[in-house]
Amino acid sequence: MERRVVDLWVGLFVVAGIVALMMLALKVGNFGAYSAKDVYVVTAHFDNIGGLKEQAPVRSSGVVVGRVTGIRFDTKKFDAEVTMTMDGRFQFPGDTTAAILTSGILGENYVGLEAGGGSDNLKQGDEIKLTQSAVVLEKIISQFLYSKAQEAPDKAKE
Amino acid sequence: MVDGLLDWFRLIGARTINAVWRIGSGTRFLFLILLYSGLSFRRFGLTIRKIFFSGVLSVIIIVVSGLFVGMVLALQGYETLQVYGSEEKLGVLVALSLLRELGPVVSALLFASRAGSAITAEIGLMKATEQLSAMDIMAVNPIGRVVAPHFWGGVISMPILATIFSAMGIFGAYLIGVVLIGVDVGAFWSQMQDAVDFRYDIVNSLIKSLVFGIAVTAIATFEGFDAAPTAEGVSGATARTVVTSSLLILALDLMLTGFMMRGWN
Repeated sequence: MERRVVDLWVGLFVVAGIVALMMLALKVGNFGAYSAKDVYVVTAHFDNIGGLKEQAPVRSSGVVVGRVTGIRFDTKKFDAEVTMTMDGRFQFPGDTTAAILTSGILGENYVGLEAGGGSDNLKQGDEIKLTQSAVVLEKIISQFLYSKAQEAPDKAKE
Repeated sequence: MVDGLLDWFRLIGARTINAVWRIGSGTRFLFLILLYSGLSFRRFGLTIRKIFFSGVLSVIIIVVSGLFVGMVLALQGYETLQVYGSEEKLGVLVALSLLRELGPVVSALLFASRAGSAITAEIGLMKATEQLSAMDIMAVNPIGRVVAPHFWGGVISMPILATIFSAMGIFGAYLIGVVLIGVDVGAFWSQMQDAVDFRYDIVNSLIKSLVFGIAVTAIATFEGFDAAPTAEGVSGATARTVVTSSLLILALDLMLTGFMMRGWN
């Protein structure tokens, strides 16, 4: 086949590959949705992180404002330290509350932020002091059973 | 009886030694390709011809298979997901299965049977008709002139083909899921975008297909170069290319997935 025709087809082939990659990156993936260069890192301690994983979203009012970039066990406080990389466009007051929540019943865990009323904003390296652990289903059930068991003798007396 | 048993042991030993020998000479051949690949980049026209040969000519089968695999995934996925009332997760299911596994693996298997066998047959036939020896006599290195452009053409084509496969598969799933069954179009795309990560899913998919591309073309060129210079030798080499590279793709896929998945470590 003539050289020019081969070049044309190979060019079309490469363009098709690039178009497919762009489609995957922009339409299918979250590239661009979260690629902020302007970021700051904050940490938070939780008694129990449940099923939280790295790369889980950090949401406030349901909007993704950052990602969990590190989870480690604090050997001094015996709890979990979660590192979050926050999008610099979103600033939060220093007394913001962080909670580990679940999207839907079977959904993945994420960190939910509830803004406080403080005047100073969270800065690079700050720690979120007010935290709420993940809800562990077994604990709720055992508390429920425990309270039911306490109720039962009261009813028997009546 | 004893002789028969001894023959049997001898056969196992010979097979094992032969397999190890082939692995060694295949690896040496891969190094030779890398050593002599200067020409494929200085005269990039050679490589472009091979990209046409193994990449462009495989586009049809890749596009059609991708479309159908995506469609079937959408049908099967919908069937299971609707039990839990989470049809809108269909996009996630299809996109992640295609990007993480099916895209790179199925397109590499197709590539091995469509382009790998053709590469082996071409090089094997050039050897059988003594074209390679003729080049050697004319002081043209056959590895640099023929084999390395084939290798780089395949290595460049493979990630492009896998990307097209995944994109077509997702499009096929869109056709079945959204257009035909009626899953909400907004949920289909937005849930997919929420779950698919550029670095961990799309880039890993490209890395996988690049590794598969190297494996398939290295095996294909080696089998062609190593083929016995007869009609039977070339046909045997072609068959071995498809079998060996398919098995290697699946084994490499297990290893790469083990490295890449973050859920269990």
